[in-house]
Amino acid sequence: MTDVQIANVGKSFGDVAALQDINLDMATGDFMAVLGPSGCGKTTLLRCIAGFERIDRGRISLGHRVVTLPGVHMPAHRRQVAIVPQDGALFPHLTVAANVAFGLKGGGRKHRGRVDECLELVGLAGMGARMPHELSGGQQQRVAVARALAPHPPLVLLDEPFSALDASLRAELRDDIKQALTSDGATTLLVTHDQSEALSMADSVAVMADGRIRQVGTPTEIYRHPVDPWVGRFVGEAMVLPVQEKLANERALTAVGPIWLRSGTPVNGRQEVLIRPEQVQIARANQGAPPDAKSAKVESVAYHGHDALITLSVDGQPAQARVLDRPSEPLVPGEAVRIWVDGGCAAFSTTT
Amino acid sequence: MATAVALIPLFYLLLRTGQAGLTAWWERIATARVAELATTSVLLALVVALACLAIGVGSAYLVTRTNVPGRRFFAVMMALPLAVPSYVAAFTWVSVADLWSDSARFEGFVAAAVVLTLYTYPYVYLPVAAALSGADRGQEEVARSLGYNAWGTLWRVTLPQVRPAIAGGGLLATLYVLADFGAVSILRVDTFTRAVFTAFSAGFDRIGALSLSTLLLLITLVILGAESWTRRRGARYVSSGARSASAPADLGWGRLAGLAAMSLVLLAALGVPALSMLRWVDEGVSQADSLADIAAAAGGSLAVSAAGTALTLALALPVGILVARYPGKLSRALEGAAYLAHSLPGIVVGLSLVFFGVTVALPLYQTTALLALAYATLFLPLAVAAVAGAAAQAPPSLDEVAQSLGYSRSAVFRKVTLPLTLPGIGAGAALVFLTCMKELPATLLLRPTGLDTLATELWQATGVQRYAEAAPLAFLLVILAALPTWLLARRSGISAGPKLAKQPTKIKVVETQ
Repeated sequence: MTDVQIANVGKSFGDVAALQDINLDMATGDFMAVLGPSGCGKTTLLRCIAGFERIDRGRISLGHRVVTLPGVHMPAHRRQVAIVPQDGALFPHLTVAANVAFGLKGGGRKHRGRVDECLELVGLAGMGARMPHELSGGQQQRVAVARALAPHPPLVLLDEPFSALDASLRAELRDDIKQALTSDGATTLLVTHDQSEALSMADSVAVMADGRIRQVGTPTEIYRHPVDPWVGRFVGEAMVLPVQEKLANERALTAVGPIWLRSGTPVNGRQEVLIRPEQVQIARANQGAPPDAKSAKVESVAYHGHDALITLSVDGQPAQARVLDRPSEPLVPGEAVRIWVDGGCAAFSTTT
Repeated sequence: MATAVALIPLFYLLLRTGQAGLTAWWERIATARVAELATTSVLLALVVALACLAIGVGSAYLVTRTNVPGRRFFAVMMALPLAVPSYVAAFTWVSVADLWSDSARFEGFVAAAVVLTLYTYPYVYLPVAAALSGADRGQEEVARSLGYNAWGTLWRVTLPQVRPAIAGGGLLATLYVLADFGAVSILRVDTFTRAVFTAFSAGFDRIGALSLSTLLLLITLVILGAESWTRRRGARYVSSGARSASAPADLGWGRLAGLAAMSLVLLAALGVPALSMLRWVDEGVSQADSLADIAAAAGGSLAVSAAGTALTLALALPVGILVARYPGKLSRALEGAAYLAHSLPGIVVGLSLVFFGVTVALPLYQTTALLALAYATLFLPLAVAAVAGAAAQAPPSLDEVAQSLGYSRSAVFRKVTLPLTLPGIGAGAALVFLTCMKELPATLLLRPTGLDTLATELWQATGVQRYAEAAPLAFLLVILAALPTWLLARRSGISAGPKLAKQPTKIKVVETQ
């Protein structure tokens, strides 16, 4: 059953086209992330689904009800779409429990069980009597999620809910919230500009730029098979190198040596390949390396603890490699190494 | 609409002047007498503004950035002279001076300058102290780390950072002095406001009063223009940096000098009224019929103030909500127009409404309704600021969340918007009410015949040197005016400085109050 259907939706603010031809489908229980840089229209999309903005073209349906068409607009309070805004937006005059009970018709007393259940889901059991200003930022965000979940909405919208929090807090909160949402069976749409947030939380990711959806897929698909170099670069670090020569067996020659092409890559015309730094393998001169490995020189090392990003020069061309921190002696700038590329690479035709 | 109603007096004044013809107007004002008035008014405003800047900026720096002894105490106390209406202050100084000398009355330019400075400098002190305690101290620390000492940092970084507040406060003080009627008329300095009143009430020279009013209005507009210009230029200094408590500057022995200076200002500004009341209140209350008179005056004050508050808030609600919810050119223009009215001298507003009443709306003349309109014109900005501040307590994101949880617009208003904004609007209403209670010039001109208020009674009693009769009224007025001042000083958060710094700054906590 398709729970959320967004078909050909378009919206303009004056001359600026904020949304163009947006198509997205979600099934009940799905967790989808809309990922894009700021100003790409993702928040506008969220507001159109919630009912705070009207659309110019297309159609949005929730369940089997069409909620908006151009000129037809179901008001936000009748859509049963719950939102978790960036700043939480808890009602400052109500206790935590009253905030959670806000969307439950008949007030908190009647729904005591559901309120406690939701607070427990987000890890705040027993804190119902507190006032919002007595909570930390992370706790406020948890309450906002509990408040959204309480009335069993068919769709929960998360609007960059972690961007105002400290990085250390974010990872833990992400896991807990994801857990709460899935164990409650909620259908969730997350809007974010943080690629690691989108890839780690969502079952499927829609990458958006300039008001258009560029690609929809699972996190792995998006990361490994980006439809174009822009998407490839946006979801992670990447080198985009021209193909120097096509070889047999779906192999090609590039500046960093011969690579494997992923199946389904275009066959004609000039091509570019996208290589992730973690695909680049490094061996010292005295260690084993495949015979077709290229010689390279270490230019600089950016050490991150659990891994390091190595900038290399290969025949005068820059290249990057990500290596896990291992007990062996770390690489130092100036060292001569041999490199090769592991695993298949996505290729793009440059004529388009 | 609401703003337009508030601006009726202004339009009317300009219309009348236009009708009479510009040349006629010019002939009336281009006289030696008017030049003299203008010189006195402008000079007084300048002298007082400069003195206010010195006291206001100095004490704001002392209480927010240095280790002056008792700075928490002074932070609140330095704002208190604002609670004394200028005519009450003038009355207390005159009545205290009278204790020492029977012949020479305390009056004239210097007397007026001293009194006005002592009770006007909080207009500089409050915004500057608020800006200083809210300013980004990171910038100061950067300056110190780049080799500037405390003094150099103050001049190169701190003061430029709060320059908009300083400029704004200074211009406010200037406007206040230009608009002041009570103090200058009690201290007998011939300024525009006093001349307008004399021309109107003693000479029945309506056209003369009108011409002078228009000139005063023009001067006010020029200063207002300068104010908004500095505010626009100052916009780039606004920083919302994290507040971090930094060690206050150590003044060494200088801190005792700072302590002495602030004590002296407070002693003069608060000690003199206290002395006057100690001397006269007892005698005033014990006079025959005095309590009945006071009760009658208080009743009159309550009646006209209640009417004024109701009208002002009715006009302020739409403007305030518009300003808070839809920040844009239109709402800024509306807000600007409301502030324009606030800077108008009360005597000008009163006079133009007298003309309006006599020529256009005769049934309204000498009714409470017309006086309420004058109050609305004068105090609309107070109410708009209160409503906008209250509306900001319920930001649109809360509305949207409530809607997404299934509440219709009217239910959202009832369950979210109203509970959050009501306290703020109530406080605004109280503020407007108390401000109406102490308004003098417009009340003098517009009150219904036979109606006395606390302010007019005090003014009349002082005029004929019946100090004992005036003292209880002055006492009541100071008590009434102290309430909003206390609120203002508390709201600006100056006294709470270091405590605020401990709150988490990363997440914006929406507070209930």
